[in-house]
Amino acid sequence: MSITYLEAIREAQAVALRDDPRVFIYGQDVGAFGGAFKATKNLAKEFPGRVFDAPISEDAMVGLAVGAAIEGLRPIIEMQFADFSTAGFNQIVNQAATLFWRTKVPCSLTVRLPFGGTSGSGPFHSQSLETIYAHYPGLIVMTPATVEDAYSMLIAAVAIDDPVIFCEHKFLYYHLKAEALPSEALPIGKARIAREGRDLTIVAYSAMVHEALAAAAELAPEGWQIEVVDLRTVKPLDTDTVMASVARTGRLLCVGEAWPWGGVTAEVIARVASEGFGLLDVPPQRLNAKDTPIPYHPNLWAAHRPTARAIAAAARKMLRL
Amino acid sequence: MYQTVLDAEAGGGSAALRDLHLSAYRFMLQARLLDEKLASLYRAGKIHGGVFLSRGQEALSVSIGVSLRKTDVFSPLIRDSAGRLAFGESILDSLQTCLGSALGPMRGRDGNVHRGRPRDGYLAMISHLGAMISVVNGALFARRFKGITDVVGATCIGDGGTATGSFHEALNQAAVEKLPLVLVVANNQYAYSTPNDREFACADLADRAVGYGVTPHSVDGTDLSACLAVLGRAVAQARAGGGPQLVVASLLRLCGHGEHDDAGYIDPKIKNSPLGRDCLKVAEDILISRQWADATELAQWRNEAVRAIETTVARVQREPAPDPFAEQWTAVSGTDLRETHEELGV
Ligand SMILES: Cc1ncc(C[n+]2csc(CCOP(=O)(O)OP(=O)(O)O)c2C)c(N)n1
Ligand SMILES: [Mg+2]
Repeated sequence: MSITYLEAIREAQAVALRDDPRVFIYGQDVGAFGGAFKATKNLAKEFPGRVFDAPISEDAMVGLAVGAAIEGLRPIIEMQFADFSTAGFNQIVNQAATLFWRTKVPCSLTVRLPFGGTSGSGPFHSQSLETIYAHYPGLIVMTPATVEDAYSMLIAAVAIDDPVIFCEHKFLYYHLKAEALPSEALPIGKARIAREGRDLTIVAYSAMVHEALAAAAELAPEGWQIEVVDLRTVKPLDTDTVMASVARTGRLLCVGEAWPWGGVTAEVIARVASEGFGLLDVPPQRLNAKDTPIPYHPNLWAAHRPTARAIAAAARKMLRL
Repeated sequence: MYQTVLDAEAGGGSAALRDLHLSAYRFMLQARLLDEKLASLYRAGKIHGGVFLSRGQEALSVSIGVSLRKTDVFSPLIRDSAGRLAFGESILDSLQTCLGSALGPMRGRDGNVHRGRPRDGYLAMISHLGAMISVVNGALFARRFKGITDVVGATCIGDGGTATGSFHEALNQAAVEKLPLVLVVANNQYAYSTPNDREFACADLADRAVGYGVTPHSVDGTDLSACLAVLGRAVAQARAGGGPQLVVASLLRLCGHGEHDDAGYIDPKIKNSPLGRDCLKVAEDILISRQWADATELAQWRNEAVRAIETTVARVQREPAPDPFAEQWTAVSGTDLRETHEELGV
């Protein structure tokens, strides 16, 4: 049997619905249709009265989830694309994110964001928004890179008492396959060493983990051993694992598909620079998308986001220093 | 144009009414054939990303386009290929955008229906539904501010899009400002797979207008004559200072949400109801029965449109794709305000 990243997300929701009667799913076209990407395929049939089609009202979708969470339910909200979550932004960052801090009432809800670039999708169906959500206190931001993590982290997200922004990468939906679903997982908030090495650390998350692994493979025949750290959650950010890796390699390259300004990569570098400056043999570097909207044309798109080749080139420069 | 229609309505089969129908029909036909070409290019793998068609919605859309003047503001949405052509967009603009030509108005930066020429009052939609309405309000507000009168702004949305906060905020805003806005709702019974009854609970979307102090209009979106009359009237009333107009048309999208979608969720009962009529066929029947055109002319117009489309496709396919090395990687217009830091991808 082999299972895709997308199927793992569907399975995780089935598990959540089966094991916890407080869970329900709400989003556009998630019912009989099974969602724009089929991430809720057959769930409405298997779990009658638990999966609801929403109007195109992102603000009200999140507001309803907050109200339901206050009443003790555990909503999963599917945004059709992460990009449209900005229409529900106010409710996420000002309502969900502040509730516990203001009232002691935890706000257990999960917002699923199908995010990230795929060829030809253009400026409004490609965005990576983990950084802006991570910026707001009160939110947990997950960015699983593997089928196993997509599954176990989504189950964990629903069980967590705080609002979780679950960033699932559309590029990985069909590309990524695993043999089986895991029965155990690393704790949430713990990064993973995706590949061991001693010469340079690449910190990445979500789809960029795979670009980083490909870059590491490309550099191996040249004699370089690259360590790849998969952050798994960008908030909380596992500084310890990153720092321990940099202590081994002395070189840090951070890679993110989101825009560069004030991003997750900047945060990682800031932490390493301030807490582990002495561990660094060369200046830390980051690689992000370019500082423009995401272009539609595949030629432009391929140059806009970091690729394995660009990562390998950046790593080579640092290794020669 | 409205005056023409009024005169025509009074005078029965007047020449003006005939000409209006003929011109509208030919745009509809072009739009339908262009859509079909785009669908076949998509199936052949020649188009990156999605293709969104307007099949079944041409009569409504074209009626907006032909009711506007070139000096008006128009912000079409996903299913407005006919209205775009009628407002003056060229087949070239459309194909250059869909095929990602570097020479097109969007230069490969944005694609498919996300195109326009804002300086010509022809706005380029973003995907976020509802977001264009207040932008049209802004354009109208600015024209008034600058002392330019006699302007109308029209924009379109689906039944699903009426559930956005943006729709409600913008409609209220237009009413408060008494702007000459014509907001056209194409109620094609579904928002992607979601039927009307999971989108809204009022009996008729036109009722929404009343609560905001906006004038409602309803029309059978499959009937070209009805659409021309109602849109002509709504545009004329907005132009005459009557404030915002909400036009709600009932119809059915006769295609998938995008070309990836087989639309298996559409209830066969609706398909077989009058809503499921093909507006292009209905328009042809009108032209034939009123003896405004005969079968030979229809065939000739079709051939002309096919030829124009094929020639343009051939031309655009020879045009260069955008070059990432020549691309200006900045989204800021002020050259002195651009990031110069290398990591920000100058
Ligand atoms: C704010 C927002 N949320 C979600 C979407 C995703 N989406 C694109 S089209 C669509 C359905 C639109 O239905 P409707 O407004 O009825 O237009 P139709 O496609 O039927 O013409 C949805 C949900 C979007 N574009 N914008
Ligand atoms: Mg619709």
